[in-house]
Amino acid sequence: MSDGQSAVVPGRGRLRIPRRLPSGAVVYIGFVGIFLFFAVTLRDNGFLTIDNQLNVLRQTAFVSVMAFGTTFALSAGEIDLSIGQVVALTAMVTAVLLRDMNALVAVPAGLSVGVITGLTNGLLTTKLRVPSFLITLGMGGIIGGLSRWITNLQPVPVLDDNYTFVFGSGNIGPFPTLFVWTIAVLLVAHLVYRKTTFGRQLLATGGNRIAARYSGINTARIRIASLVICSVTASLAGLLYVGRLHSARYTLGETDLLTVIAAAVIGGTSMAGGRGSIMGALLGSLVMGVLNNGLILMGFSITEQDIARGVIIIVAVALSLREAPEG
Amino acid sequence: MTASPTAPVGPTTGPVALAARGVRKSFHGVEVLHGVDFTLHRGEVHGLVGQNGAGKSTLVKILNGVYAGDAGELEINGTPAVVRGRDEAGKRAIAMVFQEFSLITSMSVGQNILLAREPTGRSGLIDDREVRRRAQAALARVGADIDPDRLVEDLPVGSRQLVEIAKAISQDASILILDEPTASLSATEIQSLSQAIRNLTTHGISVVFISHHLNEVVDICDRVTVLRDGNVTLSGPTSEVTLSTMIEAMLGKSLESALAYQARDVDRTGPPLLRVAGLRNSRVHDVSCELWAGEILGVAGLLGSGKSELLRAIFGIDRLDAGTVELRGRPAHIRNPADALRVGIALVPEDRGRAGLVREHSVGHNILMASWTRYARGGFVDDRAANTAAGSFVEQLRIRTQGLQPPVKTLSGGNQQKVVVAKNLSASPRVLLLDDPTVGVDVGSKREILMEVRELAAHGTGVMLVSSELEVLSGLADRVLVMRDHAVRAVLERSAAGDLSEEALSRAVQE
Repeated sequence: MSDGQSAVVPGRGRLRIPRRLPSGAVVYIGFVGIFLFFAVTLRDNGFLTIDNQLNVLRQTAFVSVMAFGTTFALSAGEIDLSIGQVVALTAMVTAVLLRDMNALVAVPAGLSVGVITGLTNGLLTTKLRVPSFLITLGMGGIIGGLSRWITNLQPVPVLDDNYTFVFGSGNIGPFPTLFVWTIAVLLVAHLVYRKTTFGRQLLATGGNRIAARYSGINTARIRIASLVICSVTASLAGLLYVGRLHSARYTLGETDLLTVIAAAVIGGTSMAGGRGSIMGALLGSLVMGVLNNGLILMGFSITEQDIARGVIIIVAVALSLREAPEG
Repeated sequence: MTASPTAPVGPTTGPVALAARGVRKSFHGVEVLHGVDFTLHRGEVHGLVGQNGAGKSTLVKILNGVYAGDAGELEINGTPAVVRGRDEAGKRAIAMVFQEFSLITSMSVGQNILLAREPTGRSGLIDDREVRRRAQAALARVGADIDPDRLVEDLPVGSRQLVEIAKAISQDASILILDEPTASLSATEIQSLSQAIRNLTTHGISVVFISHHLNEVVDICDRVTVLRDGNVTLSGPTSEVTLSTMIEAMLGKSLESALAYQARDVDRTGPPLLRVAGLRNSRVHDVSCELWAGEILGVAGLLGSGKSELLRAIFGIDRLDAGTVELRGRPAHIRNPADALRVGIALVPEDRGRAGLVREHSVGHNILMASWTRYARGGFVDDRAANTAAGSFVEQLRIRTQGLQPPVKTLSGGNQQKVVVAKNLSASPRVLLLDDPTVGVDVGSKREILMEVRELAAHGTGVMLVSSELEVLSGLADRVLVMRDHAVRAVLERSAAGDLSEEALSRAVQE
């Protein structure tokens, strides 16, 4: 096993995840199975090299961070379909401000894209009583348009080396900063999800909103918060993309939505709400990352990868839902 | 038709449409029907009456093949039917209309009546003219003047009921079972329903009429059968029974000793714990009442009388148009359940599955759902303290569970209900509102829940107890508000000897 792999597994064991083993078990078995499959079939293509494994970790960071946020939204019985566009707008806003001002302005401004979008999504969902999937679908259109409009479809280069080091391009010891970010967000998200009153009320709200209301839980506030958290993780992913690619484009994050939701669901989070796992989301996004990586090493073309990924997502999600109770 | 359509009342001499003999049924080893006989003549309207849990719905479900009976004989239109096997209700020529309508409101009346049986033309497309014609024919048999092209959502409730019945009989049913058909109808709508039922009987259709409203049963039905605890306690023509004989047959004399009233010393000298004044919204009309610490205030009334809605209004679920709620003389501004719990009012809702529990979550998390913030520091849950608290509630209420971990849906109905009670107690309420807490609960759990309610009152909690089970009110309540048509119609006090009989309650509710 490679370094990248063994660095993740002990952390998982210590934090002791899913309350429900069955739905968690699929993702572990699936991850190990896929990993072993590629380790054997692609052993001559460099799958097991440390470089390649670090690469997988870097590439999955964006999806992981967003999958943590999406776990919150799904657990509350909501969904955010605008995360891809939030990534792009955050990236554009941050890159423009890095060019014209500095990181102290650019980073908070970038994150505020997520805060404002999440608040708007949440308020519209709860006040208008329109399902969040419709609100966020519409919001995605608005935000996507804004990010194309800001720079008139032009990419914006980023030259701030301190910024790019911290957000995605640097290494701390052997670890890429992207990996450090993933672990940091993972820990915070896990603690909030599992150990706080907010986390418990979130699950109650998603599990049965009426019963939660009868129990004195402010369900509107919980649902709004879940959408803000989701949107902010998309903004963070946007900051990391800019740091990693040294530039911002309106196309960033465009294809991540499906992968992110798949990662969360494969990780044992219920689309119906009330059940989920942050650790599972990490595993889910690693499954997606390793699959992606394997497909590339197998020599599939970009279009073939898209088709293969679509098929795999459907199969993987179907498998992980089969064990869910009363699925 | 060989029935005598000229004699609308009491065709007890006509041919038998349905005969059940010695029907038995057990659930989880507990027998709920102990050999029930039931005979329905052709063209007859037969009332089926009994308290909640008496076995009415179980019997009806065996008759139309939803449940398999354990023993007994069943004959439908002269042909023996299998009481022990399931078959489709349609094959038995029995149609059932439930309280919850099965109509698709966004579709037209005609489309609903012929749903999934639409006539098609030669092209294979739906023949709309034929749909309209057949719908009209079905409606005519009911005697309902409803345009088949109207959307169901534009119809008043009473007309929807008639459409539902037309839909049922259009499937060539000769026996129609109506489950509490008048629960949500106005007086004039009940009138036209009664007329529709009469129209059907002249076509040789037999009707089983389930109702809690005994007056209607006497008015509408030819015969009545009363069930109590899974036995038939009365069966005969309505011309020969009175309200009192029906009530006696429904209630019996068997009062459990656990339900015997124990006098409480309620100190009513000071200001009341809870004062509700002029509460008004669409479902509660100008209700006022007072509740003292340590008192159990019963609320009686039929389905739709507004008794549940009163509790919902106090608890901040339904919006108020007018009225005030005061706790210990101080106005409490309650706009939602969170406000109510903050000032110390908790509610055990009527429908525990929908409003009480997260079925997939653990017993522990359900108990703690209303009180996580009590067991937290800086937002972080102290799981040890929380679990200790949840564990003590499990013990106090004798919830039968393998620890706190199992999903609450794996518990029995009675134990699930105890979890809902525990959840509300965990918020340490000063006022506990209970909405029919013992319905659908086994006898053991029922006793334990009621004992707990007594215990709470003894320790100074004010309890408002809504119940559709009169024995519960008779055994526990110090006073009883009687509700009808969304308003309080009477307040029954105990006699000097502490008596408040079920008969008196039943009479007051039925008036």
